Amino acid sequence: MRTIAIIAAKELRDGVRNRWVAAAILLLAALALAIAFLGSGPVGTINASRLSVTVAGLTTLSVYLVPLIALMLSYDAIIGEIERGTLLLLLAHPVRRWQVLCGKFFGHLAILILAISIGYGLVGLAIWATQSVRPGEALALFNLIGSSVLLGAVFLALGYLLSAVSKERATAAGLAVAVWLVLAVIYDLALLGLIVADDGRVIGETLFSTLLMINPTNAFRVHNLMQFESVSAAAGLIGPDGTANQAMTTTLGILILWLVCAGLAAQGLFRRVDP
Amino acid sequence: MTEVGCNRDRHQVLVKLDKVSKRYGAHSVVSDVNLTANSGECLALLGHNGAGKTTLFKLMLGLIRTNGGSVQVAGAEPGGTAFHNIRRTVGFLPESVAFQDTMTGREVLEFYARLKQVPDEECDRLLKRMGLIDAARQRVRTYSKGMRQRLGLAQALLGEPRLLLLDEPTTGLDPELRRHFFDTIDGMCKAGAAIIMSSHALTEIEAHADRYAILAKGRLAALGTLRELKRQAGLPLRIRLTFPNGGAKAAAGALNGPCNLAKVNDKHIHLDCPEADKMSVLRMISGLNDPAQDVEIEPPRLEDLYAHFTGRERLQ
Repeated sequence: MRTIAIIAAKELRDGVRNRWVAAAILLLAALALAIAFLGSGPVGTINASRLSVTVAGLTTLSVYLVPLIALMLSYDAIIGEIERGTLLLLLAHPVRRWQVLCGKFFGHLAILILAISIGYGLVGLAIWATQSVRPGEALALFNLIGSSVLLGAVFLALGYLLSAVSKERATAAGLAVAVWLVLAVIYDLALLGLIVADDGRVIGETLFSTLLMINPTNAFRVHNLMQFESVSAAAGLIGPDGTANQAMTTTLGILILWLVCAGLAAQGLFRRVDP
Repeated sequence: MTEVGCNRDRHQVLVKLDKVSKRYGAHSVVSDVNLTANSGECLALLGHNGAGKTTLFKLMLGLIRTNGGSVQVAGAEPGGTAFHNIRRTVGFLPESVAFQDTMTGREVLEFYARLKQVPDEECDRLLKRMGLIDAARQRVRTYSKGMRQRLGLAQALLGEPRLLLLDEPTTGLDPELRRHFFDTIDGMCKAGAAIIMSSHALTEIEAHADRYAILAKGRLAALGTLRELKRQAGLPLRIRLTFPNGGAKAAAGALNGPCNLAKVNDKHIHLDCPEADKMSVLRMISGLNDPAQDVEIEPPRLEDLYAHFTGRERLQ
């Protein structure tokens, strides 16, 4: 534990020093505030409060931005240290490789937690200061923050995986962009295209929802949009009629499964790395 | 450490490499290396770039696995679970050491000290010793190459290691610091530490190492004390005679028996003389009709031995 804490503290300090934390907070807070106060024109007509609409908007923001920030923090974690020559010295110390990986993970996770909770928290506070907020809506925001952190954790682990498998920093960076594009941007379009092309012959409803949900960004999106009726309505997602709790557990389970698998794979590859 | 502990620790085998081989794909980096390092001695690893020195360090630290043979450090296999705690007693300075640029010198040192469970107070002591105490609050980004190297050394010395692995430790150090560095090394040897260091600076390491391991293309070309290496190599002594008034050529004719004449002109003779014939040649020289004014005898230096064992011509 001690070793992990030492490494995590170093990573966090590093993130603060090279302005990573500040940049991430600024980016998230600015875009979130923009969504909350500029993008809420139609609020009056659909009987959804401003916070509900904002949570729906922030969910979409998280889908794109949180994986990107997480990958940018993590793609460099192993190959970058190898290229700078710092990993050789670190591993010569009484540290185990899984401790190094966990230390980096918790350090980077702390950066994400800071950025997401400050960025989105500010929005919550701003709305709370200007209008009345129902308890359920506040819960939705907390839920969004928590699941965004979990989504970030998944992409941190994926970043370490890329970092351990790459022989050069540039390769890891390229792979990170590719993973982000595929999982956060292209996946849904590709799935849509597939369904249109298939025209209901092979892909039934079950296979479709499975394909949709195995993507962590979709699991995250569904998790947040299902949680209460008005949000579901605002996001154009049909409410699941009482199965919301079960569905939310499933979506969390998918994210955790991604985290565990990617983390274990990263550790397995990291063990074979020659520093 | 008490005097008794010191003596008991002496000549204990701390590092033992037995027929060690390491390949990367089809490329063999280290093959069939047998090597030991004892406590209380300084072993120099010599070899060209790419001769396998850094690979040997990585193997001794358990950072990579062998493809054959065994490595033992302080009685444990590096990389095994039992080795974890032994790492606390091993100091390592990598070649061209690098640190996190955003941290200050003291933060860097404290980071490694905490990983080794060494109290923070030792950091200040080492920073002082390396002349870095005034720069301790500066970011490492602003450090010169020499300062980084000294910070690296301070890091390697944390926790009074029993085994020090130093990869090119003197690069970037000025002459004063080099002297200081070798004083430190000598002191640690006397206290019972084992030191393995690689170097390209053959002249400066010559006076400080107890034994020398010469690597060529991943193989151990020679291993021993300077005296042993000289005997193995059988390199001749270089004798330089000066005849300020001329007459060197005449004298050369008389000496052209057991010796090889490397250079003859009117005033100078350079002879290569086998070690065994040294005394008889010197008698011949003192018996010359037209005596030489000055005689210089130069035994083969480490550079010559290195060139001999790595297959290069003796330096002229």
